Formats: sequence, structure tokens, C-alpha cells
Amino acid sequence: MSDDLDDIILAELSDEELTLQMHDDLYDGLKDEIEESVHILLGRGWMPYDVLTKALVEGMRIVGIDFRDGILFVPEVLLAAGAMKGGMIILKPLLAETGAPRMGKMVIGTVKGDIHDIGKNLVTMMMEGAGFEVKDLGINNPVENYLEALESEEFDILGMSALLTTTMPYMKVVIDTMVEKGMRDDYTVIVGGAPLNEEFARAIGADAYCRDAAVAVETAKEFMAKKHNQMTA
Amino acid sequence: MSETIANIIARQGWILADGATGTNLFNMGLEAGEAPEIWNEQHPDRIAKLYRDSVEAGSDLFLTNSFGGNYSRLKLHNAQGRVRTLNRIAAEIGREVADRADHKVVVAGSMGPTGEIMVPVGSLTHADAVEMFHEQAEGLKEGGADVLWIETLSAKEEFQAAAEGIALAGMPYCGTMSFDTAGRTMMGLTSVDMVKMVNGLASQPQAFGANCGVGASDLLRTLMGFVDQAPQLPVIAKGNAGIPKYVDGHIHYDGTPELMGVYAAMARDMGAIIIGGCCGTMPDHLGSMRAALENQPRGSRPSLAEIEAKIGPFSSASDGTGDDPAPTRRAGRRRRG
Repeated sequence: MSDDLDDIILAELSDEELTLQMHDDLYDGLKDEIEESVHILLGRGWMPYDVLTKALVEGMRIVGIDFRDGILFVPEVLLAAGAMKGGMIILKPLLAETGAPRMGKMVIGTVKGDIHDIGKNLVTMMMEGAGFEVKDLGINNPVENYLEALESEEFDILGMSALLTTTMPYMKVVIDTMVEKGMRDDYTVIVGGAPLNEEFARAIGADAYCRDAAVAVETAKEFMAKKHNQMTA
Repeated sequence: MSETIANIIARQGWILADGATGTNLFNMGLEAGEAPEIWNEQHPDRIAKLYRDSVEAGSDLFLTNSFGGNYSRLKLHNAQGRVRTLNRIAAEIGREVADRADHKVVVAGSMGPTGEIMVPVGSLTHADAVEMFHEQAEGLKEGGADVLWIETLSAKEEFQAAAEGIALAGMPYCGTMSFDTAGRTMMGLTSVDMVKMVNGLASQPQAFGANCGVGASDLLRTLMGFVDQAPQLPVIAKGNAGIPKYVDGHIHYDGTPELMGVYAAMARDMGAIIIGGCCGTMPDHLGSMRAALENQPRGSRPSLAEIEAKIGPFSSASDGTGDDPAPTRRAGRRRRG
């Protein structure tokens, strides 16, 4: 723990206080503290899924709100996501063992020609922070990469990102190819990146434009809820 | 021959810069995902036309086709070994166009971001970033650029590294950042923060300002943030021609030439000295901007309400400057000592 912070003995906090403290520590991007707290909660017999949802996901939700509202910016969110990731590394094997419920699966990548992966990384982190499984294809993806990934496993969502006016039209190439192959309707396609907007997303045939990572998470959750409703209907 | 920014300002009082590069190249057949810089070698005629169109529309200064010409960006196209060459050619073509123009024109060597995040949040070190910008600067210098032009940056650290790299090449420069996130840069910098950052640079630019971002309205608001700090250096305004829309397989910006003319005059009345467009700004827009700057008498400084009425709404309620109570971070229970 850094010297410039008031000493808080995490192990002495009640469950409720510790959960709130974890929200604060995620907000402040304190990875060591998050890892310590995850271990403490697990040691107290918490289910891994509860640690994930009540402490980490809820904490990242708050970070997402302040990011959306222009209070936190990319550097702070990257630090928060890094702290979250520290906790996730501990939880991931345990979640698999305990058969925690599945939120949804997403393939994501920046389109061909675009190496600007900051936004895409934020979305990946926030989606993971919200409990989604994410396959990250990285940068500069031709249409084949997306198709290959989508066909390799069962996915719900395709996310594409572009930061340049020179690369954003490529999103339509990917969507058009999906339509040709008759697989477009099997997925929710969400797109994002600084030069995009809702109208552009509609024009190229995407399901939604997500202004930032927080909106991407909200949108993904909505689509998953709709999908579940359709399946049970 | 070579012209300087100071000369044009002394003569004319303002400088009309250029418009879009990407939007224009798309219209010439650039495919989504292609590196525009490769065209410097493959299609020098098209790049010359890009520059010439801007000069003929009345620009006093244009940027070279080298925005993504740094090591990190070119690596994506396996062209990281040709940084120097591609930048040199970008500037050489520019030099030729400028030298044949019927009026004095400044060739500004464009240098965009690396696309990487710098330490401590990211992995790009200061030393590596400085070297990337230095390498690009040497190429542009070799090709005969009059001045170098950092643009669309979002991180303070990267701007500082670019300034340092350019100083190593011994070139004068200008620099603009992109304020596209609730009136701030993606990394959270406000217009006021940028003025402070620029004031603290060891190697001072010839001018500084904003480019790209969301739309012309936001850009004028950012400009207001700059001039309120009474900066010593000339201020640059290079806004997008509206908002991108997808029409018939192409990106089209919805700002009309008339609107960009109004924007140019407002930017001047706000106190900008170097005025241009960015994405979506075509030769027609530049012509209209030139006409507005030449023919419209100077007016009083526009208010936010006037900007909104004439250009369009802002993308966010506040831009983190001014008297508005800026939203603040939540207070954690750990207190900073």
C-alpha cells in the first residue's frame, strides 16, 4: 500500500465495508488492493461469482458511469481496468470450476488498417468487467479474421472498432460479407470509434453504435436480455 | 520558394490552412484500410493533385500526406523500414507544388499520433516516442518541408515527445490536439490544460491549437478556451466539416461550404490566426472559407449561444473549463496524504 494513502486494514473491514472499499479501489486503479480484497472475500467463503458481480462488476459499473459522463478519462479507466484484471485472474479458474452463469460471448477487433486499439481495449476490459467472455482479435483485422473467429466457437456479439475516417468504411465490408454468407442475423453487431455515430452504424447495417465502453456494456446486456427472452418465448 | 508562417501572418493577418486528406484521397480511390502514405510512392500524381486542389482553392498552407508516417503506424503495413523515404517523398511532392503555386504557400509536414499509449498507463516509453517522431521529422525535413505539424494528438506526454523529436531534427513546428471527448482530448486534457502544457515546452511551437474532434461547434468552443488564457502564440483552428455520414459507400461530412465559411469567420473573430478544416473539408469548403476571411468584416467575439445558433449544437454540456461547476471525481475513503 502506498505511503500517501491512509492505512486501511482491508482484512478488518466487514463484508459490506470491504465491498464498498473495493468499488473505491477500482475507481482509484489500485490493483494490489483489489487482489488482496478478492483473496479476503474468497477466504471468507464468498462464491467466486458473488465476488465478481458484487465487488468487481459493480465497481466497474461506477467507473463506467463516470467515464460516460466525462468525469473519468482513458488513463483512469485503463488503470481501473488493470486493477479489475488483477482480480479476474484470481477468479477466472474458480468461476469455471463453480459453473457460474454465462453472460455472453463477444468477438472484438479493430478493422483492417486501423491500429488504434485504445477504445477496443477499453471495451474488452469493460465487457470482461461486466462478466462477458471476450475474444480479442487485436488490431488490423481483414474480414476473414472476423468470420474465422465467429465460426470457431459460439458467439453472441461482434464488436468492431475504427478510429479513422480512412478505416471506418471497412466495417461495412465485414457486415456485407456476413449478409452474403447468411450469418448476419446470428449475431448482434456493435460498432464504435471516435469518428462514428448512430446514423453511420445504421447506414452500414450494424445493430448499434456505442459511444464509449460503458455504453457498449449496457448495449450488450440489453441485446443479451432480448436474446434470452426470445429463446424462452 | 520557402515561405514562413510569420511572413504570411505579417502580410495578411491570418492564414488559411488546408482541409481533409483522408476524405479527399478516398474520393481518388483509396481503399479502407490502405495506408495513405504508401501512395506517396505509388501515386505521386494523386498526392500532387491533393495538394494542388488545396492551393488552388486558396490555402496558404497545406499539410503533407504523412499523418500516419511514423514507425508504429507504418509497421502495420510492413513499411516501418520506409519511414524516412515515405516522409521525404510526401514533402518533396509538396515542395514542388508549393514552388509552382501562384501565391506563397507553406509546406507543413504532417505528423499524427503513434497510436500507442505512453507509460505509465501504456507501454510506449518517452525515449522510443521521441525517436519515432525524430525519424519522421528527418524525412520531412529532407523532403523540403517548411515547418512540421503535429496533429490529432490526445496525450500531453506524446505531444511533449513529438516536440522533442522535432527539436532533434532542428525544425520549427506547430501542434494541434483533438478535443473529441466531452470537450476534452481522449486522455482528458482540456483546452486550458493544453495552453499550460505548451507554455511549459522547452522547444516552443510557432503556433498551437485544435484539429478534428467532433464538429465545427465543439472546435470553436475549444478555441474559446485557448484564447481566454491570452496565449502568446498564434492559435490554430482546424475543424471538421460537420459530422460524418455514410452515403452510397462513402463517408460524407454534412457541413456545407457555406457553413464552413461561417465557421472560418467565427474562428477568426474568436482570435484564431491559422484557420483551416479537417475531415470532410473539400476544396469547395476551402474556397468558401477563403471568401469569408477576405470579404467579411471582422465581428465581435462570438458567444457560445451564437456558435450553437449558427454552426450547430455542442456534443456535451461542458468542456471542463470556464465557470461551470465541472463534474468531479468521486471521493474515495482512502485520502491522498
